[in-house]
Formats: sequence, C-alpha cells, structure tokens
Amino acid sequence: MAASSRNRSYRIAVASGKGGTGKTTVALNLAAMFGEPVQLADCDVEEPNVNLFLRCDQLEATEVTMLVPEVDQQRCNGCGACGELCQFRGIVAIGTRALVFPELCHGCGGCALVCPTGAITERAHPIGTISVGQSGAIRLIEGRLEVGVSLVPPVIRAVRDHLLDEIPAILDAPPGTSCPVVATLRESDYLLLVTDPTPFGLHDLKLAVALARELNLACGVVVNRAGEDLVGLYGYCQSENLPVLLSLPDDRQIAEITSRGDLVARVLPEYGLMFAELAEKLKRELGTTGGTP
Amino acid sequence: MNTIAFTTAGQELVAALDPRFGRAANFLIYDTDQKTTRIIENQQGRSAAQGAGIQAAETIVRAGVDTLVTGHCGPKAFKVLDAAGVKVFNCNAATVDEALQELLAGKLTAAENSDVEGHW
Repeated sequence: MAASSRNRSYRIAVASGKGGTGKTTVALNLAAMFGEPVQLADCDVEEPNVNLFLRCDQLEATEVTMLVPEVDQQRCNGCGACGELCQFRGIVAIGTRALVFPELCHGCGGCALVCPTGAITERAHPIGTISVGQSGAIRLIEGRLEVGVSLVPPVIRAVRDHLLDEIPAILDAPPGTSCPVVATLRESDYLLLVTDPTPFGLHDLKLAVALARELNLACGVVVNRAGEDLVGLYGYCQSENLPVLLSLPDDRQIAEITSRGDLVARVLPEYGLMFAELAEKLKRELGTTGGTP
Repeated sequence: MNTIAFTTAGQELVAALDPRFGRAANFLIYDTDQKTTRIIENQQGRSAAQGAGIQAAETIVRAGVDTLVTGHCGPKAFKVLDAAGVKVFNCNAATVDEALQELLAGKLTAAENSDVEGHW
C-alpha cells in the first residue's frame, strides 16, 4: 500500500459513514492539539465548514476546472459517434449537430478522440475553488464545489493535490461511503472513523469499515456522544479488531462550545488532553506501521 | 404534425398521461395519417442515473416523432427536442386520448421553453 512506499509525511482521513457523527469536530480538535504543524484538508466540498472554526481570512484561492467539449458546428456532420461513446449524456448528437451538457460531462475527453471530423475541442469549465490559509500551526486547504456542479471527486482530488508532502495532514471527509469519500481516502495512511452509539451509527460504521478493508487502510474508532448503551458498538469493534482510540462523552458543553464556533479542546483543558492523547496514539501508530516519512 | 408522442405508463389511448417526460415508462406514438398507435419503451431514460430527459428526448427523436405531448419538460430535454425540431406541448389531461383530442382541437399551445427546473 501507499503507506509503506511513501516518501512524504502521513495523512489521516476522518470519515464516518453516517452524517452528523462529529467528523469535523474531531478533525478540528485533533488538528488543534496536534503538537506540531499540521495540515487540515476540508474535503467535504459540498458544504465546507472547517474555516468557520479556523477563521482564516487571508485565503489564497485557485480555481478548479475540468475539460469539457466544445463543438464547431461547421465541422460537425452529426455522425453521432460522440453521443454513442458518452455514458453520461454530456454530449448528444441530434440531426446534424452535437449538443453539449457541461453539467453532465465527466471530462474524459473521449468524444474529442472519436470525432472523425475534428469538430470537438476541449475548454476549461470551472467546477470549484481551492482555498489555502494558515491559522496558527494549522495549514487549511478547503475545497468548495461550484453551485450547480455535481462532480465532487475532481474537486477533492484538487484538495489533495494542494497538500504539502513534508507536513502531516488530517483530511475531513464528507459523510457516506461513496465516490467522494473514496476520493478523500485515496493515498491516506490511516482512517479515523467517528461514530455515535446509535443503531444507525453502528450500521454505517460497518459500511465504512468494509470500505476501509477494501482500500486496505488501517483504521481506528472515535466514539462520540458516548452514553450508556455502548455494548453493541464496543462488541463490534472488538470482533473486528478495531481499536477505540477516543470516547467523547455526551456532554452538552461540547455542543454549546462548538455551536459558538470554538474548539472544545482549546476551551476545556480536559478535552484538550483527550485530543492531545489521540494525536500521540496516531503518531505512534503511524510511526510503527506507516513506514518512515 | 404527423407523429405524436405521449408519455404514459400504459399501452393504449385510454391509459393515463404521465406528467413526467424523462422518467415516463412508455411513449405512445400516434400517427395522424394512419390513425395507428405503437409503443416505445423508455427503458434507457427511466434507468439513467442522470440525463434521463436527454436520453428520453434522443429516443423519441430517433423514432421520428415531430410532436411531444407530456406534463412537463425540463431544460436539457427541451434543448435536445428543440434542436431536433420537435414541438413540445405541455398538457394536464388525465388520459392520452383526452390529450390527443385537446391537441387536435387546437387547445394546446407549443411551448417556447422548458416549463420546469432541471433536477438531479
């Protein structure tokens, strides 16, 4: 796997399956207590919110584009080869013209290759923005999808491309277990799975663990809002050999502090300590199984 | 106006008119010269993850349809139909037959644009 052959610092992805478990809360507080410079990548590009907490105001923005076809109608003979090739209806040949639907295009470039008259060229179509900023020891890389665009993975890949090799990175994933999450997890060295002790949380944790196994990715669990009913969750973690690295209590103060846009690890020392310990555990884990940076 | 497509889940003129275009089960094609009907299934459009309207529009254009009567038509489907010269009539009739009577009686007006937003 990438972990053994990499010649860069490690990357820790934070994901969950279920939404609303506290991925961003864990990613932010972990970054705040990391004890050394760290990068925090907001890969939840459909609704990036990390900077609501970091409040970097000087962001360096870069546009993310994708190549979409453009048709020279003078040269198009309406043969239909482009439309037959496209699986996404991004280009359709009707009569003697080809119509382009950029919002459905996946940017493969196949239509331009198969066009026998050379009528198709490609132009850059904006799909998102990457913003980079600095907040104390945290270097923020935020991805933001353009409104009306549905292609998430290319923007997430652009976020990853903005990571520096020499600094460890924490990647805040979107919820779910589909393509956007896979795009976040690629080239990560460790997966931190945040769950809550509800039947729904456990159900989706299992899906996320299955994904981690598929990607051959080492993972550990953070239990958030841990109440009394933890037997099923801990039993599952034990049976799957998943270490529970942190258990955050169901504490109203966490919700209050977070809803103000503050980080609980910075406001309440007992939580600061918990996240500092989590950081140490991860560094140890990645030091022994993750190869040498 | 020779070959008219109606959106429907059924097979015959008495069947209900489906207000959806891209995700309709079938297109009932009525030939005004021969006064005959035939059914084209909207297999690909129905099962498309995205671009159902575009796919459905392609299907009826290939079938040689020049007039479409349906409940609603979104912007991408309309663009394809418009490019192919297919006239679109929005209609809220209950059945295909009622829609056909309204069309033949000149009670419907050809749409100049899509009448609903695109959706994913």
